[in-house]
Amino acid sequence: MTVATASRTADALPILRERGQREVFCGLTGIIWLHRKVQDAFFLVVGSRTCAHLLQSAAGVMIFAEPRFGTAIIEERDLAGLADANEELDKVVRQLLARRPEIKLLFLVGSCPSEVIKLDLGRAAQRLNGSYPGVKILNYSGSGIETTFTQGEDACLAALVPEMHEEPAEQLLVVGALPDVVEDQFRRLFAELGIARVETLPPRRAKDLPGIGPGTRFLLAQPFLGDTARALETRGAVHLPAMFPFGAEGTTAWLHAAAQAFGIDEMHFRAVVAPGRERAKRALAHHAERLAGKSIFFMPDSQLEIPLARFLSAELGMKIIEVGTPYLHRSHLADDLAALPAGVQISEGQDVDKQLDRVRAARPDLTVCGLGLANPLEREGLSTKWAIELVFSPVHGFEQAGDLAELFARPLVRRDKLMV
Amino acid sequence: MQLTVWTYEGPPHVGAMRVATGMKGLHYVLHAPQGDTYADLLFTMIERRGERPPVTYTTFQARDLGTDTAELFQSSARDAYERFKPQAMIVGASCTAELIQDDPAGMALTMGLPCPIIALDLPSYSHKENWGAAETFYQIVRQLADKTRTAPPRDGRRLRANLLGPTALGFRHRDDIVEVRRLLSDLGIDVHVCAPMGSTPADIAGLGEADFNVVLYPEIAHEAARWLEKNFGQKFTKTIPIGVNATREFIAEVCAIADIAVPADPDAGRMPWWSRSVDSTYLTGKRVFIFGDATHAVAAARIASEELGFQVVGLGCYNREFARDIRNAAAKYGVEPLITDDYLAVEEAIAAANCELVLGTQMERHIAKRLRLPCAVISAPVHVQDFPARHSPQMGFEGANVIFDTWVHPLVMGLEEHLLTMFRDDFEFSDANGPSHLGPGAAPILASHPDQEVPATGSALSGMPDAKAEEPASGSAGAGQAEASGWSADATRELMKIPFFVRNKAKRNTERYAAEKGVTAIGVETLYEAKAHYAR
Ligand code: SF4
Ligand code: SF4
Repeated sequence: MTVATASRTADALPILRERGQREVFCGLTGIIWLHRKVQDAFFLVVGSRTCAHLLQSAAGVMIFAEPRFGTAIIEERDLAGLADANEELDKVVRQLLARRPEIKLLFLVGSCPSEVIKLDLGRAAQRLNGSYPGVKILNYSGSGIETTFTQGEDACLAALVPEMHEEPAEQLLVVGALPDVVEDQFRRLFAELGIARVETLPPRRAKDLPGIGPGTRFLLAQPFLGDTARALETRGAVHLPAMFPFGAEGTTAWLHAAAQAFGIDEMHFRAVVAPGRERAKRALAHHAERLAGKSIFFMPDSQLEIPLARFLSAELGMKIIEVGTPYLHRSHLADDLAALPAGVQISEGQDVDKQLDRVRAARPDLTVCGLGLANPLEREGLSTKWAIELVFSPVHGFEQAGDLAELFARPLVRRDKLMV
Repeated sequence: MQLTVWTYEGPPHVGAMRVATGMKGLHYVLHAPQGDTYADLLFTMIERRGERPPVTYTTFQARDLGTDTAELFQSSARDAYERFKPQAMIVGASCTAELIQDDPAGMALTMGLPCPIIALDLPSYSHKENWGAAETFYQIVRQLADKTRTAPPRDGRRLRANLLGPTALGFRHRDDIVEVRRLLSDLGIDVHVCAPMGSTPADIAGLGEADFNVVLYPEIAHEAARWLEKNFGQKFTKTIPIGVNATREFIAEVCAIADIAVPADPDAGRMPWWSRSVDSTYLTGKRVFIFGDATHAVAAARIASEELGFQVVGLGCYNREFARDIRNAAAKYGVEPLITDDYLAVEEAIAAANCELVLGTQMERHIAKRLRLPCAVISAPVHVQDFPARHSPQMGFEGANVIFDTWVHPLVMGLEEHLLTMFRDDFEFSDANGPSHLGPGAAPILASHPDQEVPATGSALSGMPDAKAEEPASGSAGAGQAEASGWSADATRELMKIPFFVRNKAKRNTERYAAEKGVTAIGVETLYEAKAHYAR
């Protein structure tokens, strides 16, 4: 199946690697969507007031009831001795589980401070496991010295892999947290294709953690899951490389990878995907009018940048100026990279001030950036799209292709509309 | 370790950012990991600032640890100077950098940068945002104020005062400045420097040339004002002009300090008459719970009690540094002071206080929503709604007008209360319509879901999965349902005849009364017994 007209090899233009100030969230931020996805899990950050404030600011003060995350704030006396810090942590866990008896899975999430003082949360999880019947206690790092934004989800899912039971049966595993509605759409499509067993990681409930084994093939739903993929492979599972499921083409290619691996008849595949694919194309055509030929610049944020740039250029005709990404996983992104037109500057890492100079010089029609940069760029007359919305909204799959395009079109529509 | 979900204050370096972002020509080099850059969005999104905060983060990573974080700090500081050419720089560490002990302050001082460097030591494992702002402002003043520049002799010139305390991201600081400026100018007094907000390091150098200081927010400016008093002999005001009476006292205090005559009968705005007019009779004795930073909470308690005729049934603050002010005020109103930064404790206190109005922060706004109580915001922490497009001060006589409107608005209006009682059987007055002035979106109190969320507007992150899917917290006061167990059908019917906006209270009171008396089956009698019991 052809997916893109323009093509390039992954190493067409030298990749710009920069080191300077980064303007990206740390991995703790993933908790904001993960805690809603796994409904009986609690995320306990062991960190500082800064970490608590980050979570609060990223979530907004929006969450009405008590959310399923919290921070054990390290205080001065915890710094005096690690023995006491461990004791304090045990106490907080006891308090928490007493108050939230419905919790079945507790993540101790490491932060910069916990890592710098070498508070071993892996050991703490081991120590605590077993003390609370029916509650599994795991750990991962969301610290800003180790992880960038979406890498927190990668670390979290990777921590789940050793907990998966041995499963010899043939199955398809979809990896990466997707909104339930999107997940259900994909499940319906796989069922129609004739793939009998489909599991997801993360599951909606901790007890539904799928099994894994050599019969498992997995599709990555997100491009930032390098560690998780590696962990799955060591358990014998096989990765199905594909473009990421954005837009009509990306979604078709992604589904196709599964169909091929499960020996689904090509004609049948086409018949099953055709209606969704057509709907997606119709929805996109509507936005293509507005987006085609418009230029776009990606600041590094979620690692979704490369597949989104592929989608915007191949399916909507946008002109890509620079695609910044915090980290470039070449093999997972191979298909998307190949479909990017030549002449696109890819940059990895960041020096935010220099990058903003490039934005100002290029004056793109649209800049995708973090919340700290959006209003300042708008004030300079440059339209922006908040990157974080792309992580929080349902954007994968055929039925969301139009919505995804709309997210990029809206700032431009608004700009044309406003007369103040 | 302390288990925390929501916090009233950020870490102390966020306080330093509020000072730096309020100023011009000052740059902050912060030794911190990349995730700490989230703090920028507080300013660009909540306050809608069109410039990035003047902060350079070193964003060190694990692989830098132990080897070249110090070098990284130095190159960041050098680059920041080159790019921004600030008049002065403040430098310091966030919580993580504090642990790796690179001593950014010491390094910056020896780098020979061509501008004054102010080193900040903000211990983040024991202190918080307001303290960080106060300490930062104090250090800036202490190190930049030029001791040779003092107020010239009076000789018939106009008097001048500094305004101290307003910062970026402060609750209504932007508009308070305008009002206080106006109050002073009516007295013939000029504003010399307003700081931190709007000032440059060069302005700070000349602080000593003012005749006295006006402290708007003691949480931020008290330390600096004391230092200025000691070193320049500048007196400073202690009265916070929030409310009509406090504003009058503030004017008197300023006149005393300035040694000028107190003007006879300044125009106190509309608030006093609005409060005296008959429509406001229904405000009498409304039970109000107040929580916020100490300064705003104490001021609110006074207005509530003296100027609106409310009854203060709860008073507290989250900043322990100013707990004494709250204790004194609480004693005056005969309530237990609540000093805590645990919002769960605040929620419990509000639920127990049986109040009719909550005056608090964004945190209390959410608590009140959950308990279905009217609420108005009086203090930081702030969010996007606290930066309205229109002028909305808290201070001065105009501030008092604004306060009258914002506190009274969430309550059902006086005459409407009677009409609703009289015509409660009229279908157009049906409960399902909710208070008319809150528009069709106002949730009726008998909504099918007790924890129904009013759609969040103006979120910093409107794309977020919204809150209502979150499970109701155990033990939340499920206010809406009338058909509680223990209620006879007759009693329930009777309860439904009570206007909806007081029905919850009637229901709670009846149940409390029943519990106290050991009555298990609530009948019509119980309802009226309880009404008599709680009649005030
Ligand atoms: S970067 Fe580190 S210290 Fe900052 S919020 Fe993230 S984990 Fe916490
Ligand atoms: S709804 Fe949005 S704007 Fe309102 S408190 Fe929540 S985050 Fe802030």
